[in-house]
Amino acid sequence: MIRDITLGQYYPGGSAVHRLDARTKIIATLVYIAALFVVNNFWGFLIAAASLFTVIAISRVPLKFIFRGLTAVFLIIAFTFIINLFMVDGRVLWEWKFLSITYEGLQRACFMAVRLVLLIIGSSMMTLTTKPIELTDGLEKLLNPLSKIGVPSHEIALMMTIALRFIPTLMEETDKIIKAQQARGADFESGNLLSRAKALIPILIPLFISSFRIAQDLALAMEARCYHGGEGRTRMNQIRFHRGDAAAAVLLIAFLGVIIASRWI
Amino acid sequence: MAYINVEDLVLEFSKYDENGKPLEPKRALDGVSLSIEKGSFTAIVGMNGSGKSTLAKCLNGLLLPTAGTVTVNGMDTKDGGHIWDIRSNIGMVFQNPDNQLVSSIVEDDVAFGPENLGVEPPEIRKRVDEALKKVDMYDHKDKAAHMLSGGQKQRIAIAGAVAMKPSCIVFDEPTAMLDPAGRSKVMDIIEELNKEGITVVLITHFMEEAAEADRILVMQDGRIIGDKTPRELFADEKYIHEAGLELPPVIELRDMLGMDKKILSAEELAANI
Repeated sequence: MIRDITLGQYYPGGSAVHRLDARTKIIATLVYIAALFVVNNFWGFLIAAASLFTVIAISRVPLKFIFRGLTAVFLIIAFTFIINLFMVDGRVLWEWKFLSITYEGLQRACFMAVRLVLLIIGSSMMTLTTKPIELTDGLEKLLNPLSKIGVPSHEIALMMTIALRFIPTLMEETDKIIKAQQARGADFESGNLLSRAKALIPILIPLFISSFRIAQDLALAMEARCYHGGEGRTRMNQIRFHRGDAAAAVLLIAFLGVIIASRWI
Repeated sequence: MAYINVEDLVLEFSKYDENGKPLEPKRALDGVSLSIEKGSFTAIVGMNGSGKSTLAKCLNGLLLPTAGTVTVNGMDTKDGGHIWDIRSNIGMVFQNPDNQLVSSIVEDDVAFGPENLGVEPPEIRKRVDEALKKVDMYDHKDKAAHMLSGGQKQRIAIAGAVAMKPSCIVFDEPTAMLDPAGRSKVMDIIEELNKEGITVVLITHFMEEAAEADRILVMQDGRIIGDKTPRELFADEKYIHEAGLELPPVIELRDMLGMDKKILSAEELAANI
C-alpha cells in the first residue's frame, strides 16, 4: 500500500511528452488543472479526458502506472463524492430518513469525482514523464524572475528535489518501523478508527526522529560536496525550449479555448 | 610538507543537560597529530567512539578544531576563505548509502558536486561520464537511485566524489552497510583510485580492508595509539587485542598454523603452506 503513490516517480522514456521542456509541462499542468475547474458540463469533461488520454497515449506510459497513483487517493475521491451526493439541494431522486439524493447532487458528485480523477492523473502525467530534477530545475527557472522580489527560488527547487529524493527512503523507513513494531505484537489492522489512529503514534515518533537523522547525514554529505547555496552554481543539463514546446503551447492554447467554449454547449 | 598535516588536534563537543545548562564538554579528539602524504593509502581503525569519524570530518573542515590545526595542501581548515578549496580537494564518502545521495537520478547526483563548484556544463557532462565509468555504473546513469542496491548506491556516492576531481578521498566506513559482494566491489574501486594517484583515507571496522593500506592508524579514546604498517600491526596479536580490534581471518589462520608472522594475505599464506 505504501509504495502505491506515483507522485515523484519518474517513468523513463523517450516520447515526445518526455522530451518537452519541464517548464512547458509545469505550465501545461497548471493550465489543465485550471481548465478542469472552468468545465461545467459533460462535454467539457469529455474533451478534457480525451485530451489527457491522448497525451498518455503519446507518452507511452503504461496505464497501470497511472492508475496506481489513483488508488492511494481513492478514499479522498470517495469522500468528496459522498459529501457532494448528499449535501446538495434540488430535485429529489431518492430519500431515506434524513438522507436524500438529488439530481443536482448526483451531477455535482460525479463532476467532482471526475474532476479529481483527471486532476490527479493530469498532475501525475507531469511527474511520470519528467525527471524530478528537471521538474525542479524548471520550477527554479520559472520562479527565477520572482527572486528579485525575495522569493528564494533556488532554495525552493532544492527543497523539492530533496523531498522527492527522500520519499522512497522515508517509505522504506516507515515500512521497517511498521515491521519492527508488528514483530513485537503491535496491531495496526483491527479496532475502530480512533484506536487505529492511536496505533500510528508509535510509527510516527521513530519516523520523525529518523528523518532528522537522515537530514543531518544529508546536510553533511552536501557540505562535503561543496554545496554553498545557489550562488555561482552551474547546471549539467541546460534546459532550452525546442520546437516541440512551441507546438505544445499552440495545442495548449487551442485546448483552453475549446474548454472555455464548452461552457456554452 | 605532507599533503595533510594535523597538529595537536583537539575537538570537543559541547553538551547540555535537559535545562540547557552547559555540561562538561565531551572530548572526541584529544591531541591528534599526523601527516598524510600525497598518493598514500591510510587506514584508520579503532573501536566505536574512538574518534575515527570525528577525525575524518576534521580533515575537510566539516568540523573545526577546538584547538590545534589541520592543514590541507598548506591551507588551514579554520581559514574560511579556503574552505571550498579544501572540500573540493578532499572528497568524502559516508557510511549510509541512502543518506548521501541528493538527487533521485544517478547522473544528476554525480553532477551535484561539480555543479556546486561552478564547472562549465559540457565539462560536468564529461566528468560525470568518466566518474560513472570508473565505478562501473555508467549503464545505470539514467536509473532512479532508490532502485539500486546498497553497493551500487555507494559506488554512485564514490562517483559523486570522483567527479569533483579531488586529490584525496576520505572514506568513512563505506562498506559497513553493504553485503559481501558489494563490499569487495567497493574495495576494488578504492584500491583502483589509489593506484591512479588519489590519496585514500579509509576508516573501517574490517581488518581485512585495513590490511590493503600502506599504513594503519589505530585510534582509542580520541588518540592515535598506533601508526604501523599492516605487516607490523598484524604481527603483534597482543597489541591488536589491547586496542579492541580483531585479526583478519587469514591472519588468525596463519597464527593457528604457527606460520611466519610476516604473512599478510591469503595468497602469501597459500604459497607458504
